[in-house]
Amino acid sequence: MRGLFKFSQVLSTDVAADDPFAAALAQAPIKGRSLWADAWHRVLRNRAAVTSGIVMLVMVLLVIFGPMLSEWSGDYTDWDHTSSPPDLETGHWFGTDAVGRDIFVRTLQGGRISLLVGVVATLVSLVIGVSYGAIAGYYGGTTDRLMMRAVDIIYALPFMFFVILLMVVFGRHILLIFVAIGAVNWLDMARIVRGQTLGLKNTEYVEAARACGVGHWAIIRRHIVPNLIGVVIVYVTLTIPQVILVESFLSFLGLGVQEPMSSWGALVNDGAQDMESAPWTLAFPAAFLTITLYCFNYIGDGLRDALDPKDKS
Amino acid sequence: MAVSCDGQGDGPEGGRSSRPQPVEDVLLDGRPIPSVLADEQVLIRGNGEEPQTLDPHLAEGVPSGHILRDLFEGLTTEAPDGRIIPGAASRWNISADGLTYTFYLRRDGAWSNGDALTAEDFVFSIRRSADPVTASNYGNMLYPIANAREVLSGELPTDALGVTSLDRFTLQITLTDPTPYFLNLLAHPSLYPVHRASLEAHGRQFSRPGNLVSNGAYMLEEWAIRSHIGLVKNPNYHGADDVILERVRYLPIEDQSTELKTFRAGELHWTYEVPNNQFKWLRENYPDELVVSPWLGSYFFGFNLLREPFIDSPDLRRALVLAIDRDVLTDKVTQFGELPSYNLVPPGVTDYEPAIPDYVSWTQEEREAEARRLYALAGYSAEKPLRVEIRYNTSENHKKVALAIASMWKQVLGAIATLVNEEWKVFLQNRDQQVVTQVFRAGWIGDYNDPHTFLSLFHSDHGLNDYGYSNSTVDALLQEISSERIPGRRQRMMQETERIIIEDDPILLVYAYVTRRLVDSRVRGWQDNVMDHHYSRGMYILKARSASSGRAKPVDVGGE
Amino acid sequence: MIQEDIVRHGISRLVGLVPTLLMLITIAFFLIRVAPGGPFDSEKPLPPEIRANLDAKYHLDEPLIQQYFRYLGQILVLDFGPSYQYKDWTVNELIARGFPVSLTIGALAMVLAFVLGTLIGITAALRQNSWVDYGAMGFAMLGMSIPNFVIAPALILLLAVNAGWLPAGGWDWSIQRMVLPVITLALPVIAYIARLTRGSMIEVLHSNYIRTARSKGLPKRIVIRRHALKPALLPVISYMGPATAGLITGSVIVEQIYSIPGIGSYFVQGALNRDYTLVMGVVIFYGVIIIVLNFIVDMLYAWLNPRIRYDEGR
Repeated sequence: MRGLFKFSQVLSTDVAADDPFAAALAQAPIKGRSLWADAWHRVLRNRAAVTSGIVMLVMVLLVIFGPMLSEWSGDYTDWDHTSSPPDLETGHWFGTDAVGRDIFVRTLQGGRISLLVGVVATLVSLVIGVSYGAIAGYYGGTTDRLMMRAVDIIYALPFMFFVILLMVVFGRHILLIFVAIGAVNWLDMARIVRGQTLGLKNTEYVEAARACGVGHWAIIRRHIVPNLIGVVIVYVTLTIPQVILVESFLSFLGLGVQEPMSSWGALVNDGAQDMESAPWTLAFPAAFLTITLYCFNYIGDGLRDALDPKDKS
Repeated sequence: MAVSCDGQGDGPEGGRSSRPQPVEDVLLDGRPIPSVLADEQVLIRGNGEEPQTLDPHLAEGVPSGHILRDLFEGLTTEAPDGRIIPGAASRWNISADGLTYTFYLRRDGAWSNGDALTAEDFVFSIRRSADPVTASNYGNMLYPIANAREVLSGELPTDALGVTSLDRFTLQITLTDPTPYFLNLLAHPSLYPVHRASLEAHGRQFSRPGNLVSNGAYMLEEWAIRSHIGLVKNPNYHGADDVILERVRYLPIEDQSTELKTFRAGELHWTYEVPNNQFKWLRENYPDELVVSPWLGSYFFGFNLLREPFIDSPDLRRALVLAIDRDVLTDKVTQFGELPSYNLVPPGVTDYEPAIPDYVSWTQEEREAEARRLYALAGYSAEKPLRVEIRYNTSENHKKVALAIASMWKQVLGAIATLVNEEWKVFLQNRDQQVVTQVFRAGWIGDYNDPHTFLSLFHSDHGLNDYGYSNSTVDALLQEISSERIPGRRQRMMQETERIIIEDDPILLVYAYVTRRLVDSRVRGWQDNVMDHHYSRGMYILKARSASSGRAKPVDVGGE
Repeated sequence: MIQEDIVRHGISRLVGLVPTLLMLITIAFFLIRVAPGGPFDSEKPLPPEIRANLDAKYHLDEPLIQQYFRYLGQILVLDFGPSYQYKDWTVNELIARGFPVSLTIGALAMVLAFVLGTLIGITAALRQNSWVDYGAMGFAMLGMSIPNFVIAPALILLLAVNAGWLPAGGWDWSIQRMVLPVITLALPVIAYIARLTRGSMIEVLHSNYIRTARSKGLPKRIVIRRHALKPALLPVISYMGPATAGLITGSVIVEQIYSIPGIGSYFVQGALNRDYTLVMGVVIFYGVIIIVLNFIVDMLYAWLNPRIRYDEGR
């Protein structure tokens, strides 16, 4: 990966006649256009990514502040209006579920949980995956072979099954969901990071640093990891939707977040049972879920195209 | 007939006019005349989940029960309305002290492979059921039989069991206590006969199609695991001439929504259950097919009396019991016509008047006021609210009820209840160990039509007494009830036992179960019964008629 | 040469199967026994003596290590033991009956996903950033953005209940009953493959040697078919290994909703029922399949891209 920063100078148009360089240096602002700026500009040109970004921003604001707008709370059971369709008069803007809880508030609160699970579980797999991959790639040789062999072995385990086992053994606390999903998901990240590290390791930059006597950890921290950020960002944005979907599968199996907390996955699962008799219980959470997943995917694709157009992941 | 809650049954409309309506059901001497019968007499029943086994002595759970009742027949069996009628035995004598039963088997009783059904078959089978090596889960059904407890625990060999054959077709069973419901027990799969020769020849494979020899109205034709189980009429069944359904197919459809859709698509005649939240919709769209009827089961939550906050806290428990508005719960939450319940033994038990606590006649406001008073008396208040966990196993229905209960406790008392949804095995283990549970989902579906099946749960030694309930009066009464022969006295003692149990509040009673399913309106020959036992042998399918019309009632043109 | 490399690689793979499987078996074996509750816990209480008998019969009273080695011994002769949950059947029988079903719908789904996914991806790549691109990719991504437990009941409702064109689930090896499950299984994979293909194709199209070929005047279609397609499909091929394994071992959700007797639900139900033997059986089975599939994929990859050398790791 190209780890070098490009500098280009923009000279001002009026150049002093006798000493062009002195004049230039005195006047011209040195505006560095880094790789990040380039990338940023490329992202901005991707309409889908930009739209998605804005939508996600709105989404985040909604899930944080939206519930305050409603008079209902997420756990109040309105016995007079169970399974009732959206109704502006009662204040149940998205309708109610089978025990009379307001779907508007539940959907937004569910969004908090889904997004939280998405982000945190991804972070867990990120931390594990990056460290593992960087170490394997950097040290190379036997260490690398052994570590990657372990990855192969773990890859052969049926993923869903192990998440279920972990949930069964350790209970259904939400922290556990973060850890369980994250712990099973880090393999791809590890492989990618290892590949990148292998490449980076052999650049002149790093060789020079080693020649100067910089320690291994310092090299990993200062030279390898920052150059992985591009790949990592892309991976994170593409993993979050996967994680949210995995949590929804767990909810289907009855192993997702515990009541009274809910997630989009759990709401969608409940709603799918009644899609004909109470379609609002499905429609709203599903719309939020689908839009969010689309947005993350578009953003991730946009970032990938922008940051590392030749990257194969 | 079926209790379909006030749907007018005017026939389907619009897009659903494609649903077939039955012709008039015409009976001659109680049997349908051939011209009203459909050409293909194959009943397709949804059955919830794959049965664990088709060995009647090992089977557990409702799905296997349905299939086994079609495959086998015990000494007694049940009529469509639930009455006990002769089965493999054509008549019996009961001794004056109620301890000796002599059964005279039908001479024409036969196995599906033609072998005669003899008393020795029953001796062998009941011994096998009691044999600790068989490890049956229903050992308790055999307890009334003399020495059964000792045989089950391995203290005595199986031939010590009080079951002998007096001659080829005469069977004698001796009991330890006069058990008035003993004839009901004989209709239970744990007391069905099994064919000794095939058991010995095939071992564990004896329940495969082709190997399984059964004595009921049907034989096992196909078993595609988790796909379908196919039964075919047993030509050697003594009542084969009256059996109209040629084949019965059981589909283990686990997903409730899919089962409903399968029914709607016309691929299923009889569902196992219906989706929880759709009562109104079903009543509007399938009024003729929706069948809701009382079931011998009581739904309640248990208190763990061995742990805080329920140790020695009668006031608190009573407060929690009174704070629940059962009418709202059954009306708005479960919605299927469950009966709100304040007592343990559900309605529908023959010859039994349940014990009704006094607060049943109060208004809900009065109950809530008393609840608040008792809550304060127990030392709780808004500053110091009760914090308690409600545990339940993963299920849509349990979740809804638990939510409702937690919500009501909060709104009436200010108590804070957290819900803990556990997976089945974890839930069972926690209940059994009594270490972490406080309030937990419980309930009981009766194994036989007698209050004893409910009352015995509260004996201090009962394996399922996860409440830690121990009341020596109740234990003593249960003992006396077992040995009481006079029905009137027995009823009174049972009522007193029930009264004491309810008074002690070891549980929070919520409602009496109902069964709810969809049945194709062309399927006849069955009736609601409180045990929910529906034998395929009496059923038949009517022809479909093209024009739609109201709900048909059978017209009997013969005999009485 | 290629042949030698393949043989050498094949052998090293087969040898690698043993430690992988061993690791798999060990982890699964101990993890599932750590879970609270056992196969015989039920709502009808078993008297303690009977419980003791049962435990003895299934060797559950022995120390764990002993049970472990006993199990390993059984596996060596391919005897996976009786199922604890489905008492009349052995694990071998359950897998033998369930796997062909999962295999059929899984394989069909994979074929469908590959064909449609690559078609959509290539089309989108060729018209990058146009409306065709956005439209095709947007449609494909539906598969990854709506959970299959929503799509499946919706399909049943529309096509089986309302229209009556297809059955509402169940299984009898007829084509009609395969249609909906195969589509449902394929949708997320179509989405993933489409994205992968598109990304990879774009990259290849921008690469030097493609530009050289075009500048030489070769017509676009020939360039794509002969020079761009193979390398573009490489990442898709590597993805197919684990994807196929997942598909043919059955999706528990699809099998549950469509009432299909595959082995997918054994993973989940087995764990939830604490059916130790069944769980171990399917886990091992899955491990073997993944290893075999990875091997096939590697071979395909090598054949498509002879410049890859095995001893360097991927």
